[in-house]
Amino acid sequence: MILSQILGGKGGALAKKAAISSEATAGKISIRDVSIVYDPEGARVVAVDGCSLEIPAGEFCVIVGPSGCGKTTLLNAIAGFHGVSSGEIYMDDQLLCSPEMTTEPGADRIVVFQNGALFPWKTVLDNVTFGPLIQGRMTRKEAREAGHELLLQMGLSGISHRYPSEISGGMRRRVEIARAMMNDPKVLLLDEPFRAMDALTKTVIQKYLLDVYDASNKTVFFITHDLEEAIFLGTRVIVVTSRPAQVKKVINIEIPRPRDFRVLSSEYYRHLKEETLEAVHEEAQKAFEAGEREMA
Amino acid sequence: MSAPLKNSKKGVLGKKVKGFLATKSACRGIFSIVVALLIWELGTRYGLPVLSAIPPPSAVLVSFKESFVDPWYWGSWESSFQRIGLGFIFAQIIGIPLGLLMGTSRYFRELSLPVFEVLRPIPPLAWVPASALFWPTPEESIVFVTFLGAFFVTILNIVGGARSIDARYVRAAVSLGSSRKDIFWRIVLPATLPSIIVAMTVGIGVCWNTVVAAEMLAGHSGLGFLTWRAYVTFSYPLIVVGMISIGIAGYISSAIIRLLGSRMTPWLKTS
Repeated sequence: MILSQILGGKGGALAKKAAISSEATAGKISIRDVSIVYDPEGARVVAVDGCSLEIPAGEFCVIVGPSGCGKTTLLNAIAGFHGVSSGEIYMDDQLLCSPEMTTEPGADRIVVFQNGALFPWKTVLDNVTFGPLIQGRMTRKEAREAGHELLLQMGLSGISHRYPSEISGGMRRRVEIARAMMNDPKVLLLDEPFRAMDALTKTVIQKYLLDVYDASNKTVFFITHDLEEAIFLGTRVIVVTSRPAQVKKVINIEIPRPRDFRVLSSEYYRHLKEETLEAVHEEAQKAFEAGEREMA
Repeated sequence: MSAPLKNSKKGVLGKKVKGFLATKSACRGIFSIVVALLIWELGTRYGLPVLSAIPPPSAVLVSFKESFVDPWYWGSWESSFQRIGLGFIFAQIIGIPLGLLMGTSRYFRELSLPVFEVLRPIPPLAWVPASALFWPTPEESIVFVTFLGAFFVTILNIVGGARSIDARYVRAAVSLGSSRKDIFWRIVLPATLPSIIVAMTVGIGVCWNTVVAAEMLAGHSGLGFLTWRAYVTFSYPLIVVGMISIGIAGYISSAIIRLLGSRMTPWLKTS
């Protein structure tokens, strides 16, 4: 699946508008000493504490950590759903949020949610064209054309007129990724998107995401607590501590792309997994003992 | 006995009667109705306790035949449907926007919902005397209580529906570049639509309850009045004709709402 080639190959306005460019020129995320404190009814809950992280443009960055460690909070801050208590987050050297300001959520940083958020009342095609239409970036005709094109590229054209309730969970995730890509975002924010999936569907959809990533080179900020998934997908795996979240360990995954599920049985992979597991296990233990429940 | 009527009703609705009649459950349904009619007929003839007081189905059928050619009978249908139509439609026109406003704005909800919570438990019929006072004619007060029947149901259902919208949808829409206005029209409205339709389905039922009773109390026309007048004038078979007619009218109304509802929410599989 070579999105960029085909969309780029069209050359015209369509390709530019639906644009999935393969050069990662934008989407650098800098998280600088960020702390996020929840204060529901005076109970100060420190979700993220002094977290710093540089994600170069076009990197597939995977965040791993125990449940409830504040990963989602951090993602929500990048997305603009949540402010920070101290520190700053920059995108391409532009301030996204600081204690004084929060940039509104926008189509440059699209979130794919844990349980999926396709609009049930819209067909697959209408979901996919929602972004460009609402932003007034395309006419209805252009959007439908580009939508059809993208769905075709992503192997989803057969279901364009179905409603989300009529397709499988794996398909819904793919449509959601397509919906995000339609907006040519700088960053894709994925919050445990494959959590509820069975292992077999998961491998298929992971490969699918990798294909999209390889073709587009978007910056990806991916949260999971599945280590295999983290290593298989990521360029770097960031292990964060149990709440409050801080960077505990950064593991570079030097598996060449395009990746194949066969790497999952390689020696190098096993070694990486051990390394990651060790780092995560300690934190998981701490989180377990703290008895914290998942928040936000 | 009432088979021709049943068929014509189904025909009006454009249902696939033939296919339906072929199924086993349809056969059982017809069987149970036939048996009930038999028990009724025999019970009235041989003086079974409760049944002996009411006219037998054969007499009802005769009365039905007479009613069918009686313009006054059809006029009763028309009056009742008119009241239902007015009351119900006004309840939607006022109730849907108000419910959406209350569901989406906390400020407005906290200001106005208590009033509705206090008024809601009052049965619509308890409004009859009061509405007779502040509406000039009985006609208007009947329409008003019919309106009330659907109004509170609509408000409370929609407030509930709009408040329970999954935050993910709103976040996704914002993330995709929606303005506040877009959120309302493209997320809140379609996400609340199923609740609106539930409110309509329940509301139309309450409307019929209300209109029939109100007609008995204060009306000079309508199916409720027809039934009551039949009682007062000792034409007992006509009482049953009135009752059955009300049942059919209520069924037709909710069938229309259901049809409308499934058209409006094609993403909900309610085949």
